[in-house]
Amino acid sequence: MILNVNGQEHDLDVDPDTPLLYVLRGELGLNGAKYGCGLGQCGACTVLVDGRAAFSCVTPVVALAGKRIVTLEGLGSVDNPGPLQHAFIAEQAAQCGYCTAGMIMRAEALLRRNNRPTEAEIRTAMQPNLCRCGTQMRILRAVRRAAPVVRTAAEAQG
Amino acid sequence: MRYVVLALAVLIVLGAGGFVWLGWYSAIAPAQPPARASFPSAAIAQGATLAALGDCVSCHTAPDGAPFAGGRALQTPFGTIYSSNITPDAATGIGTWSQAAFRRAMREGVDRAGHQLYPAFPYDHFTKVSAVDVADLYAYLMTRQSVRADVLPNDLSFPFDYRFLITGWKLLFFRAAAFHPDPAQSAQWNRGAYLVQGLAHCGACHTPRNVLGAEKSGQSFAGGEAQDWYAYALDKASAAPVPWTADSLYAYLRRGWQAQHGDALGPMHEVTDDLAGAPDDDLRAIATYIAGGLGKPVSPGPQVATQAGPGEALYRGACATCHEDSRGPPFAGVDLARSSAVRAPNPANLANVITDGIPAAGEAREPIMPGFGAVLTSRQTEDLIDYLRTRFGAPHPRDGVADAVQAARANSPLLEAAQ
Repeated sequence: MILNVNGQEHDLDVDPDTPLLYVLRGELGLNGAKYGCGLGQCGACTVLVDGRAAFSCVTPVVALAGKRIVTLEGLGSVDNPGPLQHAFIAEQAAQCGYCTAGMIMRAEALLRRNNRPTEAEIRTAMQPNLCRCGTQMRILRAVRRAAPVVRTAAEAQG
Repeated sequence: MRYVVLALAVLIVLGAGGFVWLGWYSAIAPAQPPARASFPSAAIAQGATLAALGDCVSCHTAPDGAPFAGGRALQTPFGTIYSSNITPDAATGIGTWSQAAFRRAMREGVDRAGHQLYPAFPYDHFTKVSAVDVADLYAYLMTRQSVRADVLPNDLSFPFDYRFLITGWKLLFFRAAAFHPDPAQSAQWNRGAYLVQGLAHCGACHTPRNVLGAEKSGQSFAGGEAQDWYAYALDKASAAPVPWTADSLYAYLRRGWQAQHGDALGPMHEVTDDLAGAPDDDLRAIATYIAGGLGKPVSPGPQVATQAGPGEALYRGACATCHEDSRGPPFAGVDLARSSAVRAPNPANLANVITDGIPAAGEAREPIMPGFGAVLTSRQTEDLIDYLRTRFGAPHPRDGVADAVQAARANSPLLEAAQ
């Protein structure tokens, strides 16, 4: 089947019930999304599907034909990080780092549809993703920090 | 001929006069809001448990609004009704309602000023609430935080926006009547019957309604609707694959989920949340009464061979990890062969839960489930429902599945938040 990931089409020979996460990590070498609980409950595997946050560990690839998938790697690189990646670095919003990729993708979904979020909207949007090291306050700061950058970029694009 | 016309005219005038007379209630004079000290604390405490059993707060609180301050929109086939403010605020709540006015509203469906109340307020059930319980509820509500909050006027279609028509509705469907215990049954069963038929108003959702919005007589607990959810049949037609017992029903009402049956969804979750404030004895009584009326599950019949299709792969990739985990609720999903949502004739609950999942509920250890509305198309959701019903449920006709999915997506908090 054909899977569109970060703007590139991949022709894959996988079982249709394979969770997207396994394909990303195992077939495509995209290791940004993490395997946490495997039950769609922790958010470490979060990616975007047509702009919406989705748990890739419980999303079978058969559901994704014709849809656009974006992973952490699609937001920027080490040399050229995207606004949220930059904000997470600037706020040092990671301790062990296992949840970080999912947190960034969850925040990306929020800022794509609402780049002027209130504190309450940020907290509600981030709720499905768990962090057990205690970086939550820094994560919230990073999202707040990235919002005006995303907003300026969106306004520049008109 | 002239006499016939005259006779008809007289009849019409008499009829209209009688109608007005029947629907005429005088206002009950406004009273000074009673001081807190005027209520015995035992009455307030008892009123609190009664309010929990009646789940008053669910309908009488707007989303993110102050408790009991009203304003929640209730969608009906006749338009939108906004719940009233039942805090003791004198201007916008029931602060000037004497206990007699409150009792009349509960038992007869008439407000303090003498206006007919729409039966969205289930006085067809509350008419059975005892005078003592009404007094305790009054004590509880009149000692809540007073909130000044006007609620939106109802938005009902013609002619339902005319309150005097409620007089006719009452003539047809409403009988003011006290609860009559059945001496052949136990005290616990009778306590359950009193609560279920009265204050807990279970039939308001679990009994089907006729075209005029009244519960169909003779079809108590045959299954009804609550907002966009199906309220399961609680009679012989129960969809539960595992028979409910008084014990399992009690556990379900107490915690909001039960390992053999799964989680209370949608409006029923609001009910079980509120029942946290209700005493064990009353929940056991309700469970005893309801369990007594439930039938044995119908055997599912020969399993229809399922075709390997998109629905099967979706199930294996999205559902099986949790729902085939032998730990069961609350740590894993319920075995779908035990799910009433899968077995029920109405696919609404299945469509809703696939689309939105089950959000985490505060601190309590309860099942949660991710929603799949953001990754599944309508068609994929329909395929999945078909597969689940064929493999685990009963071979219901496909009719209604597409509509249920469309409604689930239109009302989905998850999809609304992701727009």
